[in-house]
Amino acid sequence: MTDAILDAAELGREMMRRTPQSAALGFEYVAAPEPDVGAMKAPFRDDLVGDPVGQVIAGGVITTLLDHTCGLAISLALRAQEAPGAEAAARMGAMATLDFRIDYMRPARPRSDVIGRAHCYRITRSVAFVRAVAFEDDPADPIATAQAAFAINRAGAGA
Amino acid sequence: MSPQERLNAGLAQIPYVRFLGMRAELAGDEMTAILPFSEHLVGNPVIPALHGGVVGAFLEMTALAQLFVSQTQRRQPKTIDVTIEYLRPARAQTTFARAHLRRIGRRIANVQVEAWQDRRGSPVAALHGHFLLRSAEG
Repeated sequence: MTDAILDAAELGREMMRRTPQSAALGFEYVAAPEPDVGAMKAPFRDDLVGDPVGQVIAGGVITTLLDHTCGLAISLALRAQEAPGAEAAARMGAMATLDFRIDYMRPARPRSDVIGRAHCYRITRSVAFVRAVAFEDDPADPIATAQAAFAINRAGAGA
Repeated sequence: MSPQERLNAGLAQIPYVRFLGMRAELAGDEMTAILPFSEHLVGNPVIPALHGGVVGAFLEMTALAQLFVSQTQRRQPKTIDVTIEYLRPARAQTTFARAHLRRIGRRIANVQVEAWQDRRGSPVAALHGHFLLRSAEG
């Protein structure tokens, strides 16, 4: 259990370091409630505002946060599988977003950080299905929810 | 103020548009959004490819910019939902997008957007979404 959580932290930090866009957005790793949930924070910044009147973080930042968090959740799901090659497939670049739907329930609070959480609830040989949510402090009061499908390229296997 | 100047001014007001480095050009009433490549937009440095979130954000901003062009009396619409279809990796080069306003209702707009790089006939991603229109007063 502890190992799994440490793994998630390490994986999350590695993914953020190696992705120029998440580094540019200043994404931070945050602990998730379960070892198979990927979580990250998008800290509020003035240059990421999408609605200058409301001083609200741009929807595009939330899109990127949720997409990135989904990638982390899939990496965790791949790691949880004992299959040889899972380690390599868990690295970035082994997955591609097929489609991504986001519903915006409400605007983010002005000048507030946003947390994204994602769970890969089903993973087959070549496809991963993920749900994600964005919120400030209460996941039951979401800013946005997302549903996505990703193609998985397992190491040493065809798509 | 010409429509192009109004569009430039509208985009310049949004800090996140500057963060992306996005701009848009009008040819009559037809708008093309342009996202020049920049290192900080990369999601996968191995390919390298733009971050899927950046592509989605660019498509959404294109829809909002097109609504801004055609809905001159309104406040910035609110995004209700977007569905993004990823068709090809968006490589380390300039990306273009055009939006099609499928329906403008009293409250809701249905918008489709397509993004491409080398050839418009080979889009890298597409979006369809619903946007809540708000009157200038409310």
